[in-house]
Amino acid sequence: MDFGTFLVQCLNSVQYGLLLFLVASGLTLIFGIMGVINLAHGSFYMIGAYMAFALAPLFGDQFLLMLVAGVVLAAIFGYLLEWAFFSYLYQRDHLQQVLMTYGLILVFEELRSILVGNDVHGVKVPAWLDGSFALGSVMSYPWYRLFASAACIVLAVGLYWVVNRTRLGMMIRAGASNRDMVRGLGIDVKRLYRIVFAAGVALAALAGMIAAPMSSVYPNMGASVLIICFVLVVIGGIGSITGALLASLLVGFVDTFGKVFFADLSGIGIYLLMAIVLIWKPEGLMGRRS
Amino acid sequence: MKKSAFLVPVACAVAIGVAGPLMGNYMSDFVVKIMILSIFALSLELLVGMTGLVSLGHAAFYGIGAYVTVLASGSEGGNFALLLPLAMGAAALYALFVGALSLRTRGVYFIMVTLAFAQMAFFVFHDTKVGGGSDGIYMYVRPAIGALDLENRTVLFYVVLASLVFTYGLLALIRRSRFGAALAGIRVNEQRMRAAGFAVYGYKLAAFVLAGALAGLAGFLLASRDGVVNPELMAWHNSGEVLLMVILGGLGHLRGAVIGAIAFTLLKEIFSTHAVMGPLADHWQLTLGIAIIVFVALLPKGLIGLVQRLSPKGAA
Repeated sequence: MDFGTFLVQCLNSVQYGLLLFLVASGLTLIFGIMGVINLAHGSFYMIGAYMAFALAPLFGDQFLLMLVAGVVLAAIFGYLLEWAFFSYLYQRDHLQQVLMTYGLILVFEELRSILVGNDVHGVKVPAWLDGSFALGSVMSYPWYRLFASAACIVLAVGLYWVVNRTRLGMMIRAGASNRDMVRGLGIDVKRLYRIVFAAGVALAALAGMIAAPMSSVYPNMGASVLIICFVLVVIGGIGSITGALLASLLVGFVDTFGKVFFADLSGIGIYLLMAIVLIWKPEGLMGRRS
Repeated sequence: MKKSAFLVPVACAVAIGVAGPLMGNYMSDFVVKIMILSIFALSLELLVGMTGLVSLGHAAFYGIGAYVTVLASGSEGGNFALLLPLAMGAAALYALFVGALSLRTRGVYFIMVTLAFAQMAFFVFHDTKVGGGSDGIYMYVRPAIGALDLENRTVLFYVVLASLVFTYGLLALIRRSRFGAALAGIRVNEQRMRAAGFAVYGYKLAAFVLAGALAGLAGFLLASRDGVVNPELMAWHNSGEVLLMVILGGLGHLRGAVIGAIAFTLLKEIFSTHAVMGPLADHWQLTLGIAIIVFVALLPKGLIGLVQRLSPKGAA
């Protein structure tokens, strides 16, 4: 492997890792704050990707506008879903949450198949992001992938800022560590939950929209990303956003380079990584021992 | 111990055994399918209901049992007495690996880790050519030993029935044993068991490996019935479905797992039958998904809980 290829693969790894982080952060928020194990989180990613497929022709080159519109739609959808469904799940135990959100996946998957069918679709890269960035003769890299990485970095920084520097973030952190205390302080927990949930859905959908022009849009994409997110959370450690970021990048590298070196067995690379972490540190890289 | 707890399952097994020859092909095939799924669900009940370990990756052991059966039987067909322990052993071995690692985590993380390891097994068979990739592989000749030939439908029927009786009996014995009492203790309060000097990890691992082996038995029977395996067997939908069977029937009861397997299979059959559901049958996943949500919402204790609620006198 020459240096240029190596560099390209590194950039790919980072880009993929950041995208995963976007999905996983929504999952962690929802689980960390509300204590709901949500198997349907991958479906939000899939819904985002299909939304890009549906919206892209309407918006043409106004790609950023499309992302904004998609995020708004996804947040509204998340808000309604929390109100109609998830708000009833909090009192239930994890087992019942697993099953009910599993049922929800079946519903989402089948609705998708009714609405758009089971074909694999592509989404076109907007014209202004088409083409590649060339670094002399060393390598060239698609503009769109650079854009995707940049967008994820901006979002990650924004998320960090909201969680650590704002009043909403303060409530979120307090809600994650002691729910009853927050309620006792007179904070409208119901509304807080609804907002956090909507944000989690919007993050996952946004990740799906950003991913759509790079990977095709296909059935089951939700399930595969969900399981990778689970692996991430296990590797990163319980409730740690830094851990999730570290794990995302690690998984990005293992998966990307796994595909380069071991085409046949690339699927199991991240699970081996998970196994190694579990042997070494069962609580995850950044997790605290419970 | 009440007599009915012992009499009812035995009576059911005898009834199925007697009715077996009277069934048509479709019916007997359907019953065999339910019995295999019952074994699969019972093996998970050992973890979820008896030990309190919610595994969402149980299909891996089921699939490995099935794959090993087909892979080891070769083109001339394999020896029944050799293939069965091989299938169960391979499933138990993978369960030892997965259990040893995943039992270091707890609660939700255990759910995620088991699911992830099951996906790993899925990818090994899906992405490599070991098991024919995503198409799977066919078994040319079914396992046999002497007259005990699984090619014969009647033999298959009784072998599956015997396996179900064996699994049910084994788990019933375990429940009443010291080992079962320790598992129940772990389910209720793990800290206390550790404080009382029990090697909690060892007990949980033993339960995990045994559950894996029994799921491997179900996989062996499934491969013998279908004569074909594919990676979908290990897909996480299958793990979700078997977990649902256990819950649907009623957690903490052996008969719950069997009732759940029956109810779930019937439900799926009904939802995908055009004669009943009309054009909606093409979208049975939608109706199934909604049904799952409604069932879990309304029947947190499963069908057994429903029976108990309707007849307070019959509460066991």
